[in-house]
Amino acid sequence: MEVNGHNSHITVALAGNPNAGKTTLFNSLTGLKQKVANYPGVTVERKEGPWKIYGKIANLIDLPGLYSLDATSLDEQIASDIIRGEQPGVPKPDVIVAAVDATNLERNLYLVMQMFEFGVPVVIALTMIDVFEKQKHEIDVEMLSVLLKTPVVAVNSKSGRGREELAAKVAKVLYTTPVVPYVYDETADESGPHGKIFDRYNFISNAVQESVWHSDHKQHLLTDKIDRVLTHKFFGLVILVGVLLVVFQTIFSWASLPMDLLEKGFGAISDFVRVEMPPGILTDLLADGIIAGVGGVVVFLPQILLLFLFISLLEDSGYMARAAFLLDKLMSRVGLHGKAFLPLISSFACAIPGIMATRTIESRRDRFATIMIAPFMSCSARLPVYTLMIATFFAGRTIFGFISLGAVLMLAMYALGIVVAIAVAFVLKRTVLRAPPPPFLMELPPYRLPNLRTVFQNMITRAWLFLKRAGTVILAISIILWALMYFPRALPVPSVGPQVPNSEQLETRNPESVTLPESEQLKHSFAGKLGHVIEPVIRPLGFDWKIGVALIASFAAREVLVSTLSIIYNVGKDENEQSETLISAVRDAKTDEGKPAWTPLTALTLMVFFVLAMQCMSTIAVVRRETNSWSWPLFMTAYMTALAYIAALITYQGGKYLGFG
Amino acid sequence: MIAVSEVIMIEPATGETIALSKLPIGRDARVTAVNGTGSITRRLLEMGVIPGVSVKVVKMAPFGDPIEIRVRGFSLAMRRSETDAIEVSY
Repeated sequence: MEVNGHNSHITVALAGNPNAGKTTLFNSLTGLKQKVANYPGVTVERKEGPWKIYGKIANLIDLPGLYSLDATSLDEQIASDIIRGEQPGVPKPDVIVAAVDATNLERNLYLVMQMFEFGVPVVIALTMIDVFEKQKHEIDVEMLSVLLKTPVVAVNSKSGRGREELAAKVAKVLYTTPVVPYVYDETADESGPHGKIFDRYNFISNAVQESVWHSDHKQHLLTDKIDRVLTHKFFGLVILVGVLLVVFQTIFSWASLPMDLLEKGFGAISDFVRVEMPPGILTDLLADGIIAGVGGVVVFLPQILLLFLFISLLEDSGYMARAAFLLDKLMSRVGLHGKAFLPLISSFACAIPGIMATRTIESRRDRFATIMIAPFMSCSARLPVYTLMIATFFAGRTIFGFISLGAVLMLAMYALGIVVAIAVAFVLKRTVLRAPPPPFLMELPPYRLPNLRTVFQNMITRAWLFLKRAGTVILAISIILWALMYFPRALPVPSVGPQVPNSEQLETRNPESVTLPESEQLKHSFAGKLGHVIEPVIRPLGFDWKIGVALIASFAAREVLVSTLSIIYNVGKDENEQSETLISAVRDAKTDEGKPAWTPLTALTLMVFFVLAMQCMSTIAVVRRETNSWSWPLFMTAYMTALAYIAALITYQGGKYLGFG
Repeated sequence: MIAVSEVIMIEPATGETIALSKLPIGRDARVTAVNGTGSITRRLLEMGVIPGVSVKVVKMAPFGDPIEIRVRGFSLAMRRSETDAIEVSY
């Protein structure tokens, strides 16, 4: 079988425990030419790349990190399927390279014992050998190799030590049959159902005892010292809050500069298209549908890159496991795993990288529960909506004469999201995602300096996966939304002459735009008609059909509400949430019956709706990708929107009953 | 010292066994039994927590749970409920 287009038939699987230096070894063997995808039907990552072995090119497959091949988790199931040659689309490996952490030999060798039973030759790559030798331990590699009846090579991914020898050994064992080095007596039943595990460990203990000499050096000395601070009952939590603040601050504010630049860049491209191409449907589709749609996706890239930079650094240094250790008790109260905290915190900036970050949670149910509640965290796209509403109706008001009402409302919106998220997690974990509490059982690896190349590669991989997969769905939805607001045309599509104003929700920067017909077009478009259709439904929330149109448009992305309101109220769509013209236009807006369209209560109701509703097609696309099904994102959209409606209804009707608005 | 060479002995040292979760922090002990047949038990055994191995509780998380144990030279965090299956003597 042709693999990756290389003229090679050799397939090598790279397997090992988590934290065994497997990824670094993989990178050093394959270089930058790696391919990352998912195994079909699951979200287990499939990573492969070419590895040169004596002029031939083998396809090196990086198996997920695992402790055992006995298939208790999805990762283990996939790994053992691959080794057996039963994973569709993956040829049965000819050789397994086992990454074995020299500083943690016994547990790492356990997995190797299992590999021997698959009938595929194994070569052991002894990693972390530099750390091991620095601790003045000694290992007789020859002896270990003799005892295990399989080649053992000490490797150092940084210096390249052992890389040639590893290739040589792989070439040598090709097409041989491995010998299981230990004897297991199936008939001896005194050891019970776990007899095989005991036998494997007994064999390993003896082999290690004969080939390794341990110095008195305390392996955990440095890690213990660091842990005395980082997992301290008090300081540990203080530092954790500090780390989270830095992460949050970075994706929230540092990303805004590149995001603005991207937004402006796409605006410029869109303008360019508009100037260079003859006006017409095609130009409008390209400028406002496709370019704006793609731009709307790409704009999240800085946040995703930054978050994954942090996640890689935290994971690879060993801190992520500590953070989960510190927070597990709190998170387990609502039925979540300790590792759920980072995705949830990140979701305050944007749910998309947050949801992608849930991959660090192994248990599927825990992961899905975290994904389902992540969009309740008030993300940065809600800020323009909150800001517009507060600036229009609550600016300058205070409580007790000194507390700004706006600040209190803003805080209340964040709190509402968190409270609802906790409640939903609680319910989900007792209903659709009910499961016995998953084992926490998590290794706390020694602290290590992250390998920058691995970190960088991880970042790029995530970004690419996001662009590729989410991009296609988002693009399709953008075009649909564009069409909804563009058709049917109220005015004839222009063929000549000066530009006729365009009529879409997504921003264009067209100085020639005459604003009045835009709102006319919107009124006659499918979106406008939809606004009228849903008016009876949103009436009880205090919204008229115009707000309805803005709501429909904002299902593409929340911040679109602001530009859509600008179009509806004829102030031009380049207005932002702090623009005085837009603020006064909203304040003065009238319903068709001539009554004020907005009251402070309507504004509050809208804010509550925005806290809870699922109005972000990028999130839906990412949830589709991460859960590998359409039912989860649809369920999410349905229940969130239902919750939003009910909460908004209570707010509006309750407010009216109490005499507000 | 990595707890490598101390594996073989299976008889309890003092004869009295307690659940690992009751073991005082920092005290060296030896696993005498890992009870149960479920996936947690199996995972514990596969990670090398088998009768005869020496083990110690390193610390507790801020809210008393989970706990960190050291076994075969590595650190493992687990919830208290999961340590109940592990019996030790010291």
